[in-house]
Amino acid sequence: MAKVVFKLGNDISTDIIYPGRFMATVLPTETPQYAFADYAEFNARLKKKEVAPGDAIVAGLNFGCGSSREQAASCLKGYDLAVVAKGFARIFLQNAINLGLNTIICPEIEANEGDELEITREVVINKTSGKTFKVQPLPKARQAIIDAGGLIPYTRKRVLEKHGR
Amino acid sequence: MGMTVVEKILSRAAGACCLKAGDVVEPAVDVAMSHENAALVINQFKDIYKDTGIDARVFDPSKIVIIFDHRVPAESSKTATNQKKIREFVAAQGISKFHDIRGDTGGICHQILPENGYVRPGDVVVGTDSHTTSHGALGAFAFGIGATEMASVWALGSALNIEVPATIKVVVSGKFKKYVSPKDLILHLIGKISAEGANFKVIEFHGDTINNMSTSGRLVICNMSVEAGATSGIVPADNETVRYLREEAGVKDDISLVQPDKDAVYDSVIEINASKLVPQIACPHTVDNVKPASELAGKKINQIVIGSCTNGRLDDLEIAAKILRGKKISKDIRMLIFPASARVLAKALKKKIIADLTEAGAVIVNPGCGCCLGVHQGALGDGEIALSTTNRNFKGRMGNPNAEVYLCSPATAAASALTGVITDPTKGGK
Repeated sequence: MAKVVFKLGNDISTDIIYPGRFMATVLPTETPQYAFADYAEFNARLKKKEVAPGDAIVAGLNFGCGSSREQAASCLKGYDLAVVAKGFARIFLQNAINLGLNTIICPEIEANEGDELEITREVVINKTSGKTFKVQPLPKARQAIIDAGGLIPYTRKRVLEKHGR
Repeated sequence: MGMTVVEKILSRAAGACCLKAGDVVEPAVDVAMSHENAALVINQFKDIYKDTGIDARVFDPSKIVIIFDHRVPAESSKTATNQKKIREFVAAQGISKFHDIRGDTGGICHQILPENGYVRPGDVVVGTDSHTTSHGALGAFAFGIGATEMASVWALGSALNIEVPATIKVVVSGKFKKYVSPKDLILHLIGKISAEGANFKVIEFHGDTINNMSTSGRLVICNMSVEAGATSGIVPADNETVRYLREEAGVKDDISLVQPDKDAVYDSVIEINASKLVPQIACPHTVDNVKPASELAGKKINQIVIGSCTNGRLDDLEIAAKILRGKKISKDIRMLIFPASARVLAKALKKKIIADLTEAGAVIVNPGCGCCLGVHQGALGDGEIALSTTNRNFKGRMGNPNAEVYLCSPATAAASALTGVITDPTKGGK
């Protein structure tokens, strides 16, 4: 079960998820401290581990628009959050899949902070409201990367094949 | 069935015949560009080879371009250390297209690539920067990717599992009014189709306005196509592309002009009459919150910014200088100018454009990105308002979530610098 820990609207940019002024920090082990840095309360809850792995952020359309900064995906992956959004911007979605951040495209999602969600590949069930929402499959080209456990293992396999190993 | 220009480029790059939107391909990459985030790419690249016993070598050092532009000169010891690590990697891998912090060959990546002739029509260009869409101005398929994806490109030489995007055809006709520019056109288009109106799609530009537009202007509209969510913007290559590459970028070898088929299949077609356009402004905090400048006339501003990969080229500085020549900017504002490259700055010095700007009261900042994304110089105070020719006005963009950024053309920025309030340049002073 995933608890909705943060609810956001449309067009949440990567500047909001991971402000530019922290971009000199690049390593996935170091980026989580700056996740939603300008939302002091949520950032503090994350840092105090008041949010459990698997809990969800719910957002509207075009989540992750703007910059290609991968920190925006790695900072959320650091807390193992799921992002359920009505839609994602292309580069963010790709970065999320490459890093293994759980992204769920759910065009009709209705949920409030505190609601409990059951997330499967096909549907999101809001246990609090009792409503069920269809999940839109990820771009088909991306499933192979998810199945490999992320882009690094996927490419590593390809490199090994290339070298006949 | 005919193909769009991107379908043709990807068919060539993937060695496949007649691709169409939705097909999944693995195109060979012609140009792989990174800036300071190469520090993360290097980390991920080494991770790919971990425990494989295989030496981590990039697929082709001549196809990799690395440019320092986001935080130049380094604003912190952390950045300086990352830049040092990148220099060491560049030397070890034999990457020659490396642009360090220099007053002769340095600058912003999206100006360095075109002015050095690194991008050719028909190329597949990837960059770890969302504004990589800029290079569609030269008839290439150019798109932004993340650092891990770039590490994969460095290892394999191809972009993995790319879905051929659908294409929106935008046909622009008519002549711009005086002081209306490609920036106003692209802001108008983003306002019309929204910040996600072209998500996962390509915008292909056509029409006599585009045919008559300089490569500099085409770079503006392709640059900001990503603000409508587009995977890329593209102007099919033509005589102007050849002129730019030969005369300004010094390209000597063959240039092929990849064109879409007459019967190409488009997702949709949008027509715009450029002669009716007026100066546009994108209001906080989304780029699609676009209004005519005249509607905002009189709004007080604190900082004017002219520069960036969007509007820091010679023609941008030139129009600002023309408006400011012999005058003084308002005492209530500060005006920052950051040219797109060292070469642009040198040309602007030679043409006395810089003298016109500084004598009017503007401050010249070295070429770089810093101010646009709030990482280096030009930060805003609480409650302050900037009017800027850059490309994004997201909350917190210029380093302060309690400030506001409005986006406009260089002419609107310069006219507003004189008055200290938002001013429509086509209507003279307030």
